[in-house]
Amino acid sequence: MIIPKLALKNLLGAGLRTWLNVFVLSLSFVLIIFSQGLIRGMDQQAEEAMIASEVAGGHVQHPAYDPFDPLTLADAHGPVPPALESLAAAGKAAPVLVVQGTIYPQGRLIAVQVKGIDPGQSILNIPTSFLSAGSSDDEVPALIGQRMAMLSGLKAGDRVTLQWRDARGTFDARDAVVVQVMNTSVQSIDQGQVWVPLARLREMTGLPGEATFVVLAKVAAPPDQAAAGGWVFRDQDDFLADLRAMVETKSFSGSILYAIFLALAMLAIFDTQVLAIFHRRREMGTLMALGFTRGKVIGLFTFEGMLNGVLAALVAAVYGIPLLSWMARTGWALPAETDSYGFPIGERIFPAYGVGLVAGTTLLVLLVTTFVAFLPTRKIARLKPTDALRGRMT
Amino acid sequence: MTDAPFIYTRDLKKTYRMGLHQIAALDGVTLDIAKGEFAGLVGPSGSGKTTLLNIIGSLDAPSEGSAVVMGQAIETLTHKEAARLRNRHIGFVFQTFNLLPVYTVYENVEFALLLLGLPPAQRRRKVMDALDWVHLADRARSKPSQLSGGQSQRVAIARAIVKEPDIILADESTANLDAKNSHNILQTMERLNRELGTTFIFATHDFKVMQYLRRTITLVDGRVDSDETQVGGGMGVGRPGAER
Repeated sequence: MIIPKLALKNLLGAGLRTWLNVFVLSLSFVLIIFSQGLIRGMDQQAEEAMIASEVAGGHVQHPAYDPFDPLTLADAHGPVPPALESLAAAGKAAPVLVVQGTIYPQGRLIAVQVKGIDPGQSILNIPTSFLSAGSSDDEVPALIGQRMAMLSGLKAGDRVTLQWRDARGTFDARDAVVVQVMNTSVQSIDQGQVWVPLARLREMTGLPGEATFVVLAKVAAPPDQAAAGGWVFRDQDDFLADLRAMVETKSFSGSILYAIFLALAMLAIFDTQVLAIFHRRREMGTLMALGFTRGKVIGLFTFEGMLNGVLAALVAAVYGIPLLSWMARTGWALPAETDSYGFPIGERIFPAYGVGLVAGTTLLVLLVTTFVAFLPTRKIARLKPTDALRGRMT
Repeated sequence: MTDAPFIYTRDLKKTYRMGLHQIAALDGVTLDIAKGEFAGLVGPSGSGKTTLLNIIGSLDAPSEGSAVVMGQAIETLTHKEAARLRNRHIGFVFQTFNLLPVYTVYENVEFALLLLGLPPAQRRRKVMDALDWVHLADRARSKPSQLSGGQSQRVAIARAIVKEPDIILADESTANLDAKNSHNILQTMERLNRELGTTFIFATHDFKVMQYLRRTITLVDGRVDSDETQVGGGMGVGRPGAER
């Protein structure tokens, strides 16, 4: 027990020098946890936003529907199977009909997917209630996202010609009035999408009772394939696979940041240790003269280095916990441009710090600190007590 | 069978490599030192005093020959055994005091006992006794930076004697002190030697120290040039009366 006591005494006795080191190291702790928390928070938010606005409990899709192949869209619809219809009636599912269309804002032509959804649905976090707004038979209420609005130059209240092909392949067109521009972080419900009331779209296309896919509520159990009439269930994992792949890529860049912060911290410790071993040679000699073995001297200096890490963790806790908690509550505002990076994140990122992140980071920093503190002390193993007493390095 | 001397060296040699050259710091030193002696190694700089003291103190190992301290041959000791010998049986007093700057006077003295693993109450009693010996009990809470040179050396002596070692090795222990402080320190050491029977070996070229020595071993070029024992103890001329 003598080494821990002496190490603590030496560290505290060194005063300002120790506290400067400890502060720098504590900054690394806080920055590593913050940056990792930010990335985790961003990932969580992205997943949550996708689930809330697009995926919900998963989709049961018409067998011909391939979201990545727009050419299949003309055939990808059919009557909603009874099992899904009853779920929809119970408010546990929301059928969506998707057809190809074109809008002509200010004389330009933009290809869109026209999506029909029940304005009263509450399964997806989309402000579909605006689609209930009164509109004449000649005008179709339309809901678009902010990216679509930016692309088309449309704003709430604007009218635009909407063209589509009905069930028989005949082109038809009508004015659509933009009832609301929704603010969403999920691109896939925004970019190139025009949301209209489901009943209206079924009537416009001559596809009564039909849908392309049915969104299930999170609490709804998917019917088996036979009951679903051959429609295919895609769960959350299917939808989130791409996002998770992006997160993986992003985690790598996050690791680089992690490594940089860690390296900065380690540099501080290494530098301190090298200086300490250089400046405290006489002290080492004295310790040896008093009966310390070289192993004990190495142990003492290594322990001092490790204690730097422990003190830094404590100091980091003192200012880091309130600071990071505040950041987790208030979030970090992002510039508007960030929205177009292809990642469904909101206007603010709320960092997420798990116990694993904090404990793992603390443990890793302590382990690396101890190792880095040990590296320069290997020189002591070759140190002769007589040289050390004279203040010389062997 | 005769009793082996407390400390003895036989044809002790120590050479150092300096570039391509070998420097002989000790060149065949043979000595016997009995328990309770108050002896000094004297001689000019480079004569091998400190080297011999370091070997006796197991801080260094001979190149050839043998040095036996309390029955333990220094040349055969491992690092751990040498550390144990220093910890239990040998106290050092250095020219530069070598106090640990972040510790108080009390903690500096206590340090030697921590290594021995003594219980706190026993440590406290021994530390205060040692500080009483050197008349620094009232400075127990001071830091070394708050002490004069003489006081620092007395703390170093307290640190050396607190574990009641059999041998105290003092390397130029008065070189940084003025005459009054030097005599104070030497009188304290002499008293320790007399009352506790501790063996003292000095390495010095300080005339003040020589006045106190009861045996003077003169080294020249790594060899024993003369070895004189003063009858009745080192009561040389110019030695002031006892003072604190």
